[in-house]
Amino acid sequence: MTRYLRLLAIQLRISVASAMAYRANFVIEGVMSLVWLVITLIPLVIVFDGRSEVAHWTRPDAMIVMAYFVGVRAVLEGMISPSLVDLVEKIRSGSFDYVLLKPVDAQAMVSASRYEPWKVFDLIGAIAIVIYAFVLRGAPPSAANLALGVVLFGTGVAAAYALWILCAAAAFWVGRLDNLMYLLGSIFDTGRWPVMVFPAAWQIVFTFVIPVAVMTTYPAKALIGNLDARDAIATIAGAVALVVVSRLVWRTAIRSYTSASS
Amino acid sequence: MRSGLSRVWAALPTLLRIGVAETVAYRAEFLVWILTTTQPLIMLGLWTQVAREAPFTAGARSYSSADFVAYFLATLIVRQLTGNWVAWQMSEEVRSGAMAMRLLRPIHPFFAYAASHAAAIPFRSVIALPIAVVLLASSGASVLSTDPLQLALLVPSLALAWLITFAFLFAIGALAFFLTQTMAIANLYFALFSLFSGYLMPLDLLGPVARLAAWLPFRFMLSAPVELLTRAHDHAQLAALLGGQLAWAAIMLTTALVLWRAGVKRFEAVGG
Repeated sequence: MTRYLRLLAIQLRISVASAMAYRANFVIEGVMSLVWLVITLIPLVIVFDGRSEVAHWTRPDAMIVMAYFVGVRAVLEGMISPSLVDLVEKIRSGSFDYVLLKPVDAQAMVSASRYEPWKVFDLIGAIAIVIYAFVLRGAPPSAANLALGVVLFGTGVAAAYALWILCAAAAFWVGRLDNLMYLLGSIFDTGRWPVMVFPAAWQIVFTFVIPVAVMTTYPAKALIGNLDARDAIATIAGAVALVVVSRLVWRTAIRSYTSASS
Repeated sequence: MRSGLSRVWAALPTLLRIGVAETVAYRAEFLVWILTTTQPLIMLGLWTQVAREAPFTAGARSYSSADFVAYFLATLIVRQLTGNWVAWQMSEEVRSGAMAMRLLRPIHPFFAYAASHAAAIPFRSVIALPIAVVLLASSGASVLSTDPLQLALLVPSLALAWLITFAFLFAIGALAFFLTQTMAIANLYFALFSLFSGYLMPLDLLGPVARLAAWLPFRFMLSAPVELLTRAHDHAQLAALLGGQLAWAAIMLTTALVLWRAGVKRFEAVGG
């Protein structure tokens, strides 16, 4: 375990170093994060200027969902997708052979191989939104709700990670998938909003088929304190099941890897 | 310049044929790119629910559920027809050195890229057509514009929207000559576009921001044709809309070509 943590730290250090080599880009990305944050929030502000409630969601509560969305997306775009894009490149060029030769689990090796450190700005932004939302609500979350909210942020990230790994496993068969990743990203966009504000049929799709709700809506409910125990367990179980399935699919996929090099 | 243009004219059929062949060859990727345009559908789901019980009022206008259905399906159609990814393509070609090959050809790359993306329009129409059928069958059909003049202006308006979008993205792509990573700029562009073009919501819901949006290029890239399709404008408004499109088309075209001229001088082919 310590070996994996050390590996993670080394990979992170390399990415930070190479990101700092393009300092202008780093500044642009920081400004970008801020711009996106504002643009993400504008529809929410406008919707709730005309309505005090949409599908029983108030403005601060919807803001918390938005914050979870920004937070999960920060981890996805800061670590998971760049690593998996890197993986696809390795599969195509054949250098994935070297990953398999290393004395660590290949999935662990590729899942955190590349970072975009500036996404940390998004993470800070997400926390700022949560704090602001609770100021609007007038009372801070209870310690228990806060703990559950943090745990569900973790399972939300895990669920998103599993979905992306499933997508990456497809690369072993089809060769490339950068577009597929974009598609997944644009579906994940629905997570900006509490799933309840959408028509009923969509709710089913985004809860059970592509469980975006598990990543943002339910964790937000936990933090607000209106997630009952049954839903909390279902959310965690759903995320765990997704991770297990993605691991199995990954193992199957890796067996059909036939190396592109000679 | 004259001979340059006549060269382009002579090569146009071939360029278009190549474009069609490229689109067919990369059809899976093309389809996925098209499918990533989900944002209008998300907003459609959201806003129709918001307006389900009572029309949503902001400023002088109020939007019913049917208004939103019409608006966002029209947005989806216009976006499908006018979108392209030339900025991403160019920055990739500058980085990999493939741009050198383009520079060897006796045709200005602006026209080569334009022809290749224009060739994809029939394929994009195939995607847009079923959406249009859904629009006509939906509750949104009742609020569509029926004024023959507005419907007639739709075609030039779409063409201008395509041209502004293409020239804008070409200009961003040309920045790849100056900056190593233009992706951040392209993302910034998309962020501003989302807000100021009416992609996320009708511009008149934006309140004070709408006044600013009326002058920016983004409105003329998406909202203009959508407005022609979904709401009644008087003649003065129509003139302003089309005039604005013409002006921005000229500005973006000039910017794109000037940036290209300045940038290509700095180009050092990477790789063999």
